Amino acid sequence: MSEVLEYKGLFWDGLEQTILLTILGIGLALVIAFSVGLMGISRHRVLRSPAYVFVEFFRGTSIIVQLFWAYYALPFMGIKLDSFAAAVLVLGLNEGAYAAEIVRSAIKSLPRGQTEGAIALGMRPTLRLRRILIPQAVPAMLPSFGNVFVDLLKATPLVSFIAVQDLTFNALGVRTETQETTVIFVGLLVAYFVLGLVLALITWLLEKRFALDRRPHPLLRPLVSGGPGVTR
Amino acid sequence: MRWDADYAADIFPKLLDGLWLTIQVSLLGMALALLLGLVIAVVRYAKIPLLSQVLTGYVLFVRGTPLLIQAFTIYYVLPEYGITLSLFTSGVLILGVNYSAYTAEVYRAGIEAVPRGQWEASTALNLPAWRTWTRIVLPQGIATIIPVLGNYQIQMFKDSAILYGIGMTELLGTARELGVAGRSLEPLTIAGILYLVISYPAAILTRRLERRYAPTH
Repeated sequence: MSEVLEYKGLFWDGLEQTILLTILGIGLALVIAFSVGLMGISRHRVLRSPAYVFVEFFRGTSIIVQLFWAYYALPFMGIKLDSFAAAVLVLGLNEGAYAAEIVRSAIKSLPRGQTEGAIALGMRPTLRLRRILIPQAVPAMLPSFGNVFVDLLKATPLVSFIAVQDLTFNALGVRTETQETTVIFVGLLVAYFVLGLVLALITWLLEKRFALDRRPHPLLRPLVSGGPGVTR
Repeated sequence: MRWDADYAADIFPKLLDGLWLTIQVSLLGMALALLLGLVIAVVRYAKIPLLSQVLTGYVLFVRGTPLLIQAFTIYYVLPEYGITLSLFTSGVLILGVNYSAYTAEVYRAGIEAVPRGQWEASTALNLPAWRTWTRIVLPQGIATIIPVLGNYQIQMFKDSAILYGIGMTELLGTARELGVAGRSLEPLTIAGILYLVISYPAAILTRRLERRYAPTH
């Protein structure tokens, strides 16, 4: 046990990489989710079809296969990514495909009257999305996004296969040195579990922030509301 | 892009062998997950003190940790305590244990969807607990969740690729081995297509089941 602690620095470095990967992966996944998800609700087949193919392709094969393909097969086609870039790209694209379906179904499940009302008010499609549809759909998306974020975190250990020095990669190295198998693997399980809890907590805070019946914090209320017709 | 068709044709039979192993391990893994998940769900529903809480913690922890680390733990830690399993058995156990936490939640949803009246009628008819579960509650509860379980089977089929991490030469493992020995492009591409060729039609089928088993009330 104490032997393992000698490698503290290595664990912290790995943890840092894992957290960085998760954050960048989530960022890319969100960009993909909204662009592909919105393409999926388009009236135009030229936009809808590629979105469908993208989602089915990334959901049809597993993330580890995609990771290997991006790292080991792509170079044969002249595209050489370094391992960290390949990791972020695959994590983002794969989880983005799942998140795109969440965006699509959340917007589609809004009552038709919302779209009709916005049209009646003369709103153009982009304004309709930005001011009416997306703000109402976000609260419905968040809980599912939370699951996707945790899934993404749980997929990050796979990047150790393409030599990204994340928490798992470094822990495996320490195991080779110390042979402390039980401590290291149980420790890893606990570490990822705690990271997942933190992500779940963040999602929960976001859910509260974006809730449709959000009220200002009691201490801030005098600052935010107060004008005529503002109180609900 | 230089696609070597001769090489691709050469390695194809080996990849099919890998695919067969992937199919075997994921079918058996799912069978184990269905069994374990059912036991967990019933025990949790029955609210047996302590045991129920322990299983709730189990579901939470297994769902909250990465499959790959669970695989390492089962494959490398168990032997330290004198439990040595073959690679294939470990693979089935890893997938089965991981997915049991998910199937337990699915079963729970199915069981909770059975109307209270069914329980009350069973009590009124003086049915013993065992028969209430096996003849009344489970048949109705499970019918509604078949599509969800189907989705998990597809997901397990794809997830089984992580067993490459403990050295199993299933589909991905075979592709990787061929890649290390020669070129990576063909084996990995064919492997990806094989995963897709099975999982995409299966997903369409499950979606159809979903429509068929959708509650009519």
